[in-house]
Amino acid sequence: MSNGADEPILRLENVSKSFFGFLAVRDFSLDVRRGSIHALIGPNGAGKTTIFNLATKTLPPTRGRIFFKGTDITARSASEVARLGMVRSFQISAVFASLTALENVKIALQRFRPDGFAFWKSSKVLHALDDRAMALLCDVGIESYAHARASELPYGRRRALEIATTLALDPELLMLDEPTAGMGHEDVGRISDLIRTVARDRTVLMVEHNLSIVANLSDQITVLARGERLAEGTYDVVSRDPAVIEAYVGSEHHD
Amino acid sequence: MSQETLQATSPVTAPGLKSAGRDLTLVWYGLGIAALLAAPFFFYPIFLVKVLCFALFACAFNLLLGSCGLLSFGHAAFFGAAGYVAGHAAKEWGLPFEAALVCGTAAAAAVGLLFGYVSVRRQGLQFAMITLALAQLVYFLALQLPFTHAEDGLSAIPRGKVLGTFDLDNIFVLYYATAVVFLIGFVAMHRMTNSTFGQLLKAIRDNEPRAISLGYEVHRYKLMAFVLSATMAGLAGSTKAIAFKIVALTDVHWSTSGSVILMTLLGGLGTLFGPVVGAAVVVSMEDYLADSGLPINAVIGAIFILCILLFRRGIVGEIQHRFGKR
Ligand SMILES: Nc1ncnc2c1ncn2[C@@H]1O[C@H](COP(=O)(O)OP(=O)(O)OP(=O)(O)O)[C@@H](O)[C@H]1O
Ligand SMILES: [Mg+2]
Repeated sequence: MSNGADEPILRLENVSKSFFGFLAVRDFSLDVRRGSIHALIGPNGAGKTTIFNLATKTLPPTRGRIFFKGTDITARSASEVARLGMVRSFQISAVFASLTALENVKIALQRFRPDGFAFWKSSKVLHALDDRAMALLCDVGIESYAHARASELPYGRRRALEIATTLALDPELLMLDEPTAGMGHEDVGRISDLIRTVARDRTVLMVEHNLSIVANLSDQITVLARGERLAEGTYDVVSRDPAVIEAYVGSEHHD
Repeated sequence: MSQETLQATSPVTAPGLKSAGRDLTLVWYGLGIAALLAAPFFFYPIFLVKVLCFALFACAFNLLLGSCGLLSFGHAAFFGAAGYVAGHAAKEWGLPFEAALVCGTAAAAAVGLLFGYVSVRRQGLQFAMITLALAQLVYFLALQLPFTHAEDGLSAIPRGKVLGTFDLDNIFVLYYATAVVFLIGFVAMHRMTNSTFGQLLKAIRDNEPRAISLGYEVHRYKLMAFVLSATMAGLAGSTKAIAFKIVALTDVHWSTSGSVILMTLLGGLGTLFGPVVGAAVVVSMEDYLADSGLPINAVIGAIFILCILLFRRGIVGEIQHRFGKR
C-alpha cells in the first residue's frame, strides 16, 4: 500500500497557516502525483511560497497534516524532510555567498559523504567531488563561473547555481520556487529544458509566473488565490476557468 | 542515481588557482615560527607567555565567531574553568604539566558541551546573552566552590617539568613549552577551519536556511563548533594557569570574555593571524598602562572604538584588504 503507484508522493491534508491571525493558507489540500510536473500558480501574495514552506517543513502548519511518500511528516524537521528526498529552491535566491559556485554545489554533494563532522580531515579530499559538481554547473550553463564567488554572480546565474545545488542532491521531489525569475530569455529556455530533462525520473512541484513555461511543462496545475484553491487541472482546463481568469485580471498581475 | 540523464559536458578544471594562496600561508607559517623562536631574545619571556596564552584564547574565540558567526559573550568561563581544573590537578593531585593541561582542556570541553547544548539554537544577541548568563553562573560557582578559593584564587600552582625533565621554572623552558602548546593549538584550529567540517560551517554561516534545506542539521554542526572552540579556549586557560601559577576570579569574569572579543575584532575577525596580533596589542597595552596609573579599561575601550571606526576589518583584515588578498 505504502508504495502503490497511485499514491501521491506529496499530500497536503486540510492545511492552514496563519501569521499573527492572518490566514495566508486556508484549509488547503493538494495531491502531487509521482512522476508528474505539477505547477502552483496564482497572483502575488496568494500563498504559494507559504505552501512550499509548509510542505518542506520550513514553517510549521497551524492546522492540517502533510504526507511525503506515504509517511506523515507533519512533526518532522526541515532537514529531515530534505534527507527523505524533498528538496527545495528559494524564491529569493539562496546561495552560499562567500563560497565559489563550484564549492556551492559541492556543499550539497558533501551530504552523501560520512565526513561532515571530520574536523581533522583536510577539505582537499572534497576535490573528489569536483567533476560531478562541474557537470552540474554545465547542466545549468554556468560552468564558466565555477571559480567565481557566488556573491559575484549576476542574479540570473545565481538562480541557476541554486538549481544546480538543489539537483546535486538528486531529490525524488524537486520543489522550485519561481526558478526562472530574474533570468534572461536564453537562460529561461535552458532552465525549462533542464526541468523537462530532470523530470524524467523524478517529480517536480514548481511555482512559476511565466505562464508559457507552465503551459509547456506541467501535467497538472493548481491555481491559488488568497490562500485557497481556485481550480485544478491541465492547462487547457484551468486557463478556461472563469474564476481563474477573474482572479488574474482582478489582481492585475500576470506576466 | 539518475544524474546520468543529465548531459555531462567535459568538466573544466582550474589550473593552480589556489596554490598561490597556499604557498603564501606556508611563508607566513615559516615567518611565524622563526618569530616564535627568536622572540624571547628581544622581549621579556613572561610577557610573551602571556601574549601567547591570550593569542590562543582569541584564536579559539575566532574559531566560533569567524567560522560560525556565533558571538559568545561567555568564553571566559571555558578559559577560567580550565584554569581552575588544570591548577587543581597540578597542585592537589600532583599531576605533571602535560596531564594537568589535558584535565583542564577536557573540563572546558565538558563545560562547552553543556553551554552549547543550551545556547546554539539561539541567534545573535540572544545567543550572546545566554552565553553571558551561563558564564556568570560559572563565575558564581568559582566564588562559592571550596576548591577555587574564592577571592584568594588558586595560587602557588607548581609548574613541574616538561616530559619530566625540563624544569618550567626556567623562564626560557616555560616560554618554549608555551610556544609549542600555542603552535599545536593554532595548527589544530587552522586545520579545523579548512576541514570537511569547516567547509560546512562556512555554508551554515553564509546561509543557514539553505543549509537546512539541503538536509544538514545545522544545530549539531554549531554545537560541534562550539565545543571545539571551548576546548581550545580551555587549552589556553590551562596553559596560563600553570605558567602564571595562579587562577583568580578575573579569569572567569565577564570582562575577560569582553577582552577576548576585543582582541579578535581588533586583530581581524575571521583572519588566520588577526587574533594573535590583536592579543599582542591588547596585552602590550595592558602591561604598558598598568604602570601609568591611567584607567586601563577606559583607555583600551577608547582605542578600540577608534580602531573600529578607522578600520573595521581589524588590523590584519585591513592589511589583507589593502593587498587584495581574499
Ligand atoms: N513569515 C511571514 N510572516 C507574516 N506574513 C507572511 C509571512 N510569509 C508570508 N506572509 C504573508 O502571507 C501571504 C502569502 O505570501 P506568499 O509569500 O506565500 O505568497 P506568494 O504566493 O508566494 O506570492 P509571490 O507571488 O509574491 O511570491 C502574503 O500576504 C504575505 O504577506
Ligand atoms: Mg512566492
